[in-house]
Amino acid sequence: MSQFIEFRDVSFRYREDQPWVLENVSFTVHTDEWLAIIGHNGSGKSTIAKLMNGLLLPQQGEILVDGIVVNEETIWDIRKKVGMVFQNPDNQFVGTTVRDDVAFGMENHGLPRELMLKRVQSSLAAVGMSNYQSHEPHRLSGGQKQRVAIASVLAVAPELIILDEATAMLDPKGRLEIMETIRQVQENQDLSLITITHDLREVIKADRVLVMNQGRRWLEGDPREVFAEKDALMNIGLDTPFVTKLAAELSAAGLNIQREPLNHQELLEELWTLHSKM
Amino acid sequence: MDITFKDVSYIYQPNTPFEHRALSELSFHIRSGSFIAIIGHTGSGKSTLLQHLNGLLRPTEGEVTIGTYKISADEKTKNIKSLREKVGVVFQYPEHQLFEETVEKDIGFGPLNFHVDQEEIKRRTREAIKAVDLPEELLHRSPFDLSGGQMRRVAIAGVLAMDPNVLVLDEPTAGLDPRGQREVMDMFSNLHKEKKLTTVLVTHSMEDALRYADHIIILKDGKKHLEGPPLEVLVRKKELEHVQLDVPEVIQFLSEVEEKFGKTISYHNQNIAQLAKELAAMVKGGDDHE
Repeated sequence: MSQFIEFRDVSFRYREDQPWVLENVSFTVHTDEWLAIIGHNGSGKSTIAKLMNGLLLPQQGEILVDGIVVNEETIWDIRKKVGMVFQNPDNQFVGTTVRDDVAFGMENHGLPRELMLKRVQSSLAAVGMSNYQSHEPHRLSGGQKQRVAIASVLAVAPELIILDEATAMLDPKGRLEIMETIRQVQENQDLSLITITHDLREVIKADRVLVMNQGRRWLEGDPREVFAEKDALMNIGLDTPFVTKLAAELSAAGLNIQREPLNHQELLEELWTLHSKM
Repeated sequence: MDITFKDVSYIYQPNTPFEHRALSELSFHIRSGSFIAIIGHTGSGKSTLLQHLNGLLRPTEGEVTIGTYKISADEKTKNIKSLREKVGVVFQYPEHQLFEETVEKDIGFGPLNFHVDQEEIKRRTREAIKAVDLPEELLHRSPFDLSGGQMRRVAIAGVLAMDPNVLVLDEPTAGLDPRGQREVMDMFSNLHKEKKLTTVLVTHSMEDALRYADHIIILKDGKKHLEGPPLEVLVRKKELEHVQLDVPEVIQFLSEVEEKFGKTISYHNQNIAQLAKELAAMVKGGDDHE
């Protein structure tokens, strides 16, 4: 498994007279991996995202994307590899129709027209917006805008997609669909994925979770390891999934829960085993 | 204030190729002092509905009544300005609308526009900042020096300073961290209880709808799909799935328990510790809940 992103002791602040937003942060993201980043508002999550495609540059440490150090000379090459969708899609529209908007990024990358036409269709289909090709983006609802923004990123086929709270405005099913779409893309090609989210149902599906707290790397592990730290997570302003909370209360009520469950299925099986032994 | 929609339709850009019917013959009634949740798939008409509540949009057909105000297609609403004083709307990401030099000026901007006198503005500003749980020291700071969660609260305080009778909330917790989400929703719930504010919450969160609302309206393609009390509406799995919604996680889990164990534990707003006790008793085989 090769490393696609590497943060080496990265520190960042917006101005010299201000406190560090990130302090000595190191971590890696592998090719084809899904890393979820969680943390309270202001913990540095979005700063990490902006550092990955050179929207911001660190004062200390270095960041490597596909082996290339991110700096002013390399940012244009890096942005071809890294696609990013932010929380507020209004700031990301340029085209007068949905179709134009999805094509815009591909034009910038100089893709041939034939391929562009194909990709416009396939990426809009992937986010369920095929019927809106000639609509004006700014007249769409918040959730629809976000789908289009995600389609625009899928269309340029980057090697890393960063979703910075990009599905926050979607309904739960919509979120699930988009994530499944991206997972499918991941199966067909090498694609690393970083999601910054507060949605725990999304986090439990990630390969790995990075927990940020006050600008520092606080914890890293697979979802089960991370949510096992439920009390500590609550203390830093985060939440844990329903099954995690219920399992803790079941233990308190005298049941001997063996393995930290991550989903309903796992908890039900635990309960069934206990029930059969009674 | 009572809110009534009677056969309301709204069409964007009528008679153009972009014509789009966002609301379709929608009728419902919201009792004064209730807390209602409006839920629907992306593009189901929630935001369009919401903009009718303070007269930002006028129905293409039908009539909206809010207290004594009537909003309809053919009639210009009298006193639309005073309606907007009574219906406070917290839009999505309200902190994007902050603009003043200080928190105090930003909170007082609404009432100032409605010619409320200085003394009263001062009083309301202090009350509002207290209601959103921010320290008074922040009043003299720039809103742009605050954290995202604090900025959201300042924007909400600005709406509260209008002293509204109806509070309309469009996804008020989007983008906040879990603790912030809980705090903001608890805050609205308290305001609702203490001030008897009629509260209309537009949300994607079935959990919040279950926890806070006393009445639920579910929209589909601009029409009413389901309506009723949370414990009646939010358990109708098939009908919810039909509009791409899930039942709240706790209800889903209990139905899976029923499937596996053949025993029913009913949900009646019990907290998670109480629920665990009932489940544990069932697993141990003691209490049968028949």
